[in-house]
Amino acid sequence: MVRFVIRRLLLAVTTLFAISVITFLLFFAVPSSPATVMCGKSCSPERIAQVEHRLGLDQPLIEQYTTYMKGIFVGRTIGSGDFVRECPAPCLGYSFRTDEPVTDILKRTVPVTLSIVLGAAVMWLTIGVSLGMTSALRRGTLFDRMAIGASLVGASLQVYFLGLVLLLVLVYGSAILPSPTYTPFTENPFKWALGLLLPWITLGFLNSALYARLSRAQMLETLSEDFVRTARAKGLPKRTVYTRHALRAAITPLITIAGLDIGASLGGTVITESIFGLQGLGRVAIQAVEDLNLPIVMATVLLAATFIVVANIVVDLTYAFIDPRVRLS
Amino acid sequence: MAVPSATGSVAPDDPYLRVSDLRVHFPTEDGLVRAVDGISFAVERGKTLGIVGESGSGKSVTSMAIMGLLDAARTHISGEIWVGGRNIAGMDDEKVRHLRGEDMAMVFQDPLSALHPFYKVGVQIAEAYKVHHPSASKAEAAKRAVEMLDRVGIPQPQRRAKQYPHEFSGGMRQRAMIAMALVNDPALLVADEPTTALDVTVQAQILDLLEDLQREFHSAVIMITHDLGVVAQIADDVLVMYAGRAVETGSVEQVMRSPQHPYTWGLLASVPSLHGDAEMDLVPIKGNPPSLINLPPGCSFNPRCRYAGLNGNRSFAEVPELRSTGQDGHQVACHLAAADRLRIYREDIAHAGVAQ
Repeated sequence: MVRFVIRRLLLAVTTLFAISVITFLLFFAVPSSPATVMCGKSCSPERIAQVEHRLGLDQPLIEQYTTYMKGIFVGRTIGSGDFVRECPAPCLGYSFRTDEPVTDILKRTVPVTLSIVLGAAVMWLTIGVSLGMTSALRRGTLFDRMAIGASLVGASLQVYFLGLVLLLVLVYGSAILPSPTYTPFTENPFKWALGLLLPWITLGFLNSALYARLSRAQMLETLSEDFVRTARAKGLPKRTVYTRHALRAAITPLITIAGLDIGASLGGTVITESIFGLQGLGRVAIQAVEDLNLPIVMATVLLAATFIVVANIVVDLTYAFIDPRVRLS
Repeated sequence: MAVPSATGSVAPDDPYLRVSDLRVHFPTEDGLVRAVDGISFAVERGKTLGIVGESGSGKSVTSMAIMGLLDAARTHISGEIWVGGRNIAGMDDEKVRHLRGEDMAMVFQDPLSALHPFYKVGVQIAEAYKVHHPSASKAEAAKRAVEMLDRVGIPQPQRRAKQYPHEFSGGMRQRAMIAMALVNDPALLVADEPTTALDVTVQAQILDLLEDLQREFHSAVIMITHDLGVVAQIADDVLVMYAGRAVETGSVEQVMRSPQHPYTWGLLASVPSLHGDAEMDLVPIKGNPPSLINLPPGCSFNPRCRYAGLNGNRSFAEVPELRSTGQDGHQVACHLAAADRLRIYREDIAHAGVAQ
């Protein structure tokens, strides 16, 4: 178990290292320079050179990369002349645009995305899985057909459609809900939930459609397993057969999918954040790409990759915990 | 033992299980599947009935019907299934549930898939005990599980009870499955191909174990198999099924030593024998079992029968009834004249030898 975790962590570090290199190279493959973008159209070459020097972009690529990576672990001093600043570890640099430390930007935006995704995940998992499981147990009934129909609609909708419709109806039309805003949970949990309810419902509904279909299929497959027949042959009550025996086995593969889904969403729910006007990781990342804002691009890409890598490890560990056949060695 | 219901009490010498004119039909999009089409048999306590047939002959469906495991919403069951004096055909599932695992239990073909992969073997056996003994404590049920594991010949039962099914070998898993089936001392045990998934050497051990346990528990046993060797070893009576119907039935002695139905001959001739001529080829039954949706008219076996038509057109037009061969309890459903059957068996079949 310990060896498994260590091995997976080493693999994770390698993955993240590779991603950091690729991102860095991709960034400089773009046929335009951050200095030009920052400086505007009518900018003299001297001015551009000056900006490049200030941002450290005139250094050789390898040096830039090593400086950046060193900063993450031990911190570094940024700039020269009048613009010298201490950037303690983990230093992710300063935004080219606003001169704000990237770590501060992340501290502001990560909780937003985290709140959106976790709330929505709770919603889609409870609704989706319970709907799917119930459908499977009542296969062929009206309930099953309606649930499947609804999930087909949900699966074919898009965030930007459903989100806008909900905004129109619930906020602008009837004012049942306030405009989505982010209030830190620690400040006011009620306002936090109320402000995020709309994105939760939107994302939750769309994803629960997928999860309903997945869990229905999984449950139907499990119900035809021999061990479920054995459970019935023992004379166990229906409820025990369905929960202790069938559900337990059917839910295992869903954990994998859910873990990876959540991990991937944490990297940024760009469309959802944009539609509901929330300043999350996704919007910051998109903006940074448009602005060629290297420190933020690097930070958001690495963070998103970290979420996925961690989600993978968590899924594997959970799996080993649930399924005794999985040996982590 | 449960008290017989008002619908009928069993006299002491009445068979524990009596199935009469059982029909199990599944409506499907392609048509009605007649999986079991009118079979009758009875098993007394202490006796073993072997039900033999190819895949798709309806033997497993019969066992599922007896256990009440078929989905009532998707199945038409008619006929009677008397278990210890209660007719469970058409009985409310909640009532049948109380009999399942308590009065009648089942051992399945593949013990790896039949045991739940996520629960310890001891826990699964204890669960089977506890559901019919609600007043028993968890510790009592666990102790009972260990006793049963010990009884079915699993070494170090205490330790084994705490292991998962995938940590058991195939034979050990089937022993555990048997322990689970017998934990409540059922009067009827249905074993559906219990040795098919096992190594040959382990098969014999499992059959020995079942025989031992049957003597000890004095239960009625139904052994479903396609293996005539198993039948010869363990059964008292045999029922040969083909396409959902019984084609021959009798004592194991009668059916194995003087089989009367061409299908039984086919089954016997396709088994290698130690006593027969080693140079002789095995004779497989040509063709495949028929579709249960569109049974051939007349005798279902006629397309595969070398002797169909020896008796005029009857094989193709008339479904043969089970009729006595003249020997006590030996019945066969065949249009061939009794004299022809005896002659053909003597001339064509007997020298091929059988596996006994």
